[in-house]
Amino acid sequence: MAVVVPMSLREAVDALAANPGALVLAGGTDAMVEINDGHRRVGHAGSPEVVVAVDRVAELRSWTLDPGGSRLTIGAGVTYTELMEEPLASFVPALAEASRTVGSPQIRNAGTLGGNLGTCSPAGDGLPVLSALDAEVHLAGATGTRTVSVHDFMVGVKQTVLAPGEIITAVTVPLLDGWQGYSKVGVRNAMVIATASACLAVDQPTRSVRIALGSVAPTIVRAPEAESFAAGHVDWGAGHVDPATAGEFGRLAAAAARPIDDHRSSAAYRRHAIDVMARRLLERAFRGADPT
Amino acid sequence: MNEHYVLHVNGRDHEVTDAWLGESLLDVLRERLGLLAAKGACEQGECGSCSVLVDGDLVCSCLVLGAAAVGRAITTVEGLTERGTLTDVQRAYLEAGAVQCGFCTPGLIMATHDLLDRVPEPTEMEIREELAGNVCRCTGYGRIIDAVQQVAVARRTGAGPA
Repeated sequence: MAVVVPMSLREAVDALAANPGALVLAGGTDAMVEINDGHRRVGHAGSPEVVVAVDRVAELRSWTLDPGGSRLTIGAGVTYTELMEEPLASFVPALAEASRTVGSPQIRNAGTLGGNLGTCSPAGDGLPVLSALDAEVHLAGATGTRTVSVHDFMVGVKQTVLAPGEIITAVTVPLLDGWQGYSKVGVRNAMVIATASACLAVDQPTRSVRIALGSVAPTIVRAPEAESFAAGHVDWGAGHVDPATAGEFGRLAAAAARPIDDHRSSAAYRRHAIDVMARRLLERAFRGADPT
Repeated sequence: MNEHYVLHVNGRDHEVTDAWLGESLLDVLRERLGLLAAKGACEQGECGSCSVLVDGDLVCSCLVLGAAAVGRAITTVEGLTERGTLTDVQRAYLEAGAVQCGFCTPGLIMATHDLLDRVPEPTEMEIREELAGNVCRCTGYGRIIDAVQQVAVARRTGAGPA
């Protein structure tokens, strides 16, 4: 049998150790498109002879909150639909918001956070959230496990540090105390790949603002100048931001983008979209204290 | 390389003997098992015409690897009701004029059952968002939305299948 369906992480790692060149299949929403198109071959000479379908590995389908309640570890096989459900949606609201923009219910029922990382498209909707949260990515292989920062995990367009025989098991994100959200521009309101996207996350206790940008560079990028500018200029006490600060934040975020012209959009439009989305995200995050 | 496995479709086991390694569940259903309700159009999860339930989850069967669906319960339109009878959703689609060429209909029937099982009384906006993954090139969607709303009303008022 050339399709292996492990039920446990041990079985999955063993199957990959025996077949380091195997195709790891999670939700199939990216890989099957390439297989259907003939762009990715399996079962032919020079292509993977074995597919390891990890969608039933129990450990990958679960999530755990650390005892202190400050960090959440999400299994790589958790679907977008599950990320939109409680309590995960309240733990990481930006991830729930980003998940809602992924495809259709059919796609969200199949696609997984680990698959999003494995594909590592700059347009992956979960990735700006993981970047903004400085997520850690947990990997497992025959020789053991390792944990890498999401920033180091993403190497280039659809390129990661995953070694042959290694799989993504989970990601760990901090539960921040503050507003967070995801914004995305595409050609319509549903079923679109991001032309440009952004995730903004605020942490009140550390008075930090993080913003990560999607579809405007080979990988997700942060905008550190915009982040430090915002942290220094928003009114933390009143929870308010003035229009000039929000405008400058947008400009600084756009300056961090390194977009290209391609069949989906132009670099200039993408930069403009980041400017507008970053400004609006900051304004949503700092609407001002409730007068009541 | 030919694959040999058993799929559990619409309540019974089906032997698959001549699929290739990378063959999608959609192609296995249609080409190997002769179950023609699920339709293939985009083969990339954009159109929804191949929608089926796998272990109760609505998915695009074109994006499911057939051999990886072994041991799962697969439901297609053929398995929704006895042959020759219609579900309340199917009847509502006919009565509302929500079927024109019919190519997208099996996928929409699956998606509508799934939606109404989760959200018994969806708003029009919810219907539009939930059915966003099912593309129809004939109707303009107005009558599809009418059909979904008719079923919701009939179920609430206990009118049963119209």
